[in-house]
Amino acid sequence: MSKTYNLTTPLSEADVVQLKAGDIVYLSGTVYTARDAAHKKLIDLMDAGEDLPFDVNGSVIYFVGPTPPKPGDPIGSAGPTTSYRMDSYSPRLINEKGLRGMIGKGKRNKDVTDACTKSKAIYFGATGGAGALLARQIKSAEVIAYPELGPEAIRKLEVVDFPLTVINDTYDQDLYKIGRAQYEVK
Amino acid sequence: MREIKYEDIVKSIRDCIMYSGTNLPKDALEKMNEAYEKEQSPVAKEVLKQLLENADIASSESKPLCQDTGLAVFFVRVGEDLKVVGGTLKAAINEGTEKGYTDGYLRASTCHWDTRANLKDEVGYNLPAVIHFDLVEGDELTIEYAAKGGGSENVSRATVIPPAAGRKGVVDYVKEVVSNAGPNPCPPLTVGVGIGGTFEKAAISSKHALFRKLGSVNEDETLASMEAELIEELNKLGIGAMGMGGTQTVFGVHIEKNPCHIASLPVSVNVQCHSSRHAVIKL
Repeated sequence: MSKTYNLTTPLSEADVVQLKAGDIVYLSGTVYTARDAAHKKLIDLMDAGEDLPFDVNGSVIYFVGPTPPKPGDPIGSAGPTTSYRMDSYSPRLINEKGLRGMIGKGKRNKDVTDACTKSKAIYFGATGGAGALLARQIKSAEVIAYPELGPEAIRKLEVVDFPLTVINDTYDQDLYKIGRAQYEVK
Repeated sequence: MREIKYEDIVKSIRDCIMYSGTNLPKDALEKMNEAYEKEQSPVAKEVLKQLLENADIASSESKPLCQDTGLAVFFVRVGEDLKVVGGTLKAAINEGTEKGYTDGYLRASTCHWDTRANLKDEVGYNLPAVIHFDLVEGDELTIEYAAKGGGSENVSRATVIPPAAGRKGVVDYVKEVVSNAGPNPCPPLTVGVGIGGTFEKAAISSKHALFRKLGSVNEDETLASMEAELIEELNKLGIGAMGMGGTQTVFGVHIEKNPCHIASLPVSVNVQCHSSRHAVIKL
């Protein structure tokens, strides 16, 4: 049976090992945004042995490229983008830098789910195409790196009760496979 | 010869884009409500509930439905007895696109294929638009618009199957494409299918099929029966809303056909996410 949790970042190992695929999590605290272009820059910095623009240990990265905010709003619409484009970058952030959570939508490859199992990290799904609804849970947004990337810049977000579903847990379970098998008619 | 002012086209397109970015069209909203009623999985039902709520918020707060506000795609039918004064039709569509995306606080999503640098300063905000022109009889201008997101475009596929594969070959290919796509394109989906013509004609037909009103019945009897069969088969895949498992995987399947070369049977599948933002302008 799926359970519901309220968690606050940074996430500890104990926070994430209790989660199972299908659980609901309302996440609060700091979340960093990054899409493929920003991930590539992070990995380049790691290759060069340089510091990253934020402390990845225990952090959660949200794969999102928001629309521009209207005057007075912290952010525009901000739903998840498809996560597989980050598959070649995520394992190193998890294994070498202690990344604990990723928020996106869509399937991840085996390298990512293996890293989640080995180094205890969670892949969360947010509802794709619910950008206006999700933006309500984002209270502030500040570009902290790569402003030249526009919507793809790294932003520091403060979120409150951000609604998530656990897709891949630390036990190699995948909600996409479990859920589909339950309703597939052969 | 009827004349249309350049500025009138720019304004119509700007207004249409701004409205479409924040208001889910009636046909898509009806299908979403219907999927919510029918869905058997509690998880997928919760997703659909969030999407209905999202549509409400987007409309009431004039906030984009989705952060992926798409590339602007147009199918334009130009009457041969029509003249645009004050500039070219293509320039008017691009200018209207840039104004709509800028004034509506929509996202600039065009970039260089290799460097991935955003083109907003070099070419224009979310430019260029993707425009398909057709010349028709008369003096009317019909512009069909859709905001096409990247996630569903990424799982779209085209092929050319042997003519002997026939109807079953087409149905199997559509099932394969949607099954492989799984959660990635943000289901429930509209599936556009283009059959026949040349390789690119099938692809363009599959795109145009997405502009048809959801819930409408194909005028061609064979295609109508294939659409009904495919809706049933695709829902049996169990993918459900956002791929977390469920009974409602598609809003609809729309097929367009073209005469083939005697050697070929091209098939293209263009996938549309649940945020099916499309509109028609008649001038």
